[in-house]
Amino acid sequence: MTDSTKDRGTMTLESELSSVDPVEAKAEQLAREAGFDDDTSSQVAMVVREAVINAILHGNKRHPAKQVQVRFELSDEALRIRIADQGEGLDPDSVPDPLAPENILRSSGRGIFLMRAIMDEVHFHQLNPGTEIELIKYRAKKELQA
Amino acid sequence: MSMKLTTREVSGVTIVDLSGKITLGEGGLTLRDEVRKLLAAGQKKIVLNLGEVNYIDSSGLGELVSAYTAVKNAGGELKLLNLTSKVRDLLVITKLVTVFDVKDDEAAAVAAFA
Repeated sequence: MTDSTKDRGTMTLESELSSVDPVEAKAEQLAREAGFDDDTSSQVAMVVREAVINAILHGNKRHPAKQVQVRFELSDEALRIRIADQGEGLDPDSVPDPLAPENILRSSGRGIFLMRAIMDEVHFHQLNPGTEIELIKYRAKKELQA
Repeated sequence: MSMKLTTREVSGVTIVDLSGKITLGEGGLTLRDEVRKLLAAGQKKIVLNLGEVNYIDSSGLGELVSAYTAVKNAGGELKLLNLTSKVRDLLVITKLVTVFDVKDDEAAAVAAFA
């Protein structure tokens, strides 16, 4: 974390799908504030939505005693969003490649792929218990210093 | 805005006009129900007009795939019409654009059915 990083809030959510919309709205608002265009802001918000839905459905399995925590950070360099569940953990490498011919007609399994396609970096951190997904979108590519 | 859906028939082809969002729990089930209903009624030439769909997520993409396979398995054909840039981008990223027959013109879409 650099000195310029500003904590832009934490949302603690119940494991219910009704929790998703406010997170998505905040992600879109922060993406616009970061200077991303309308389409990019919408895509960033969409993948945050994907991550939160995954946390609720596949992480916490909608367990009423488990929560999802979403932390937003904005620095001069990047918008960073961390989504943590309290589930049993996720091995992202176990998710089948949705582009493979044998998977292309599957009706699910594209959420993590979209996160990786749209964000600049996606990291999975194993918690005890749970998984944290860290989504990073850089505001602008920095010029390399000579 | 959640999804809205209306159907009409043009030269024996059913056009399903969709608008709003196709996401988990919003438009997905509505679309699935409509496709099932059309297939049960023997309507197997289906065009999904997505011109007013301004938002889709991975669940929505999954619903489009489910609709495609349901129609194909019933011996029919499903095409997509008028993709917005947001929907097109996601179909390209996920390579689903290689699966669907995508048209930009309704008359051409209707004429493309055998």
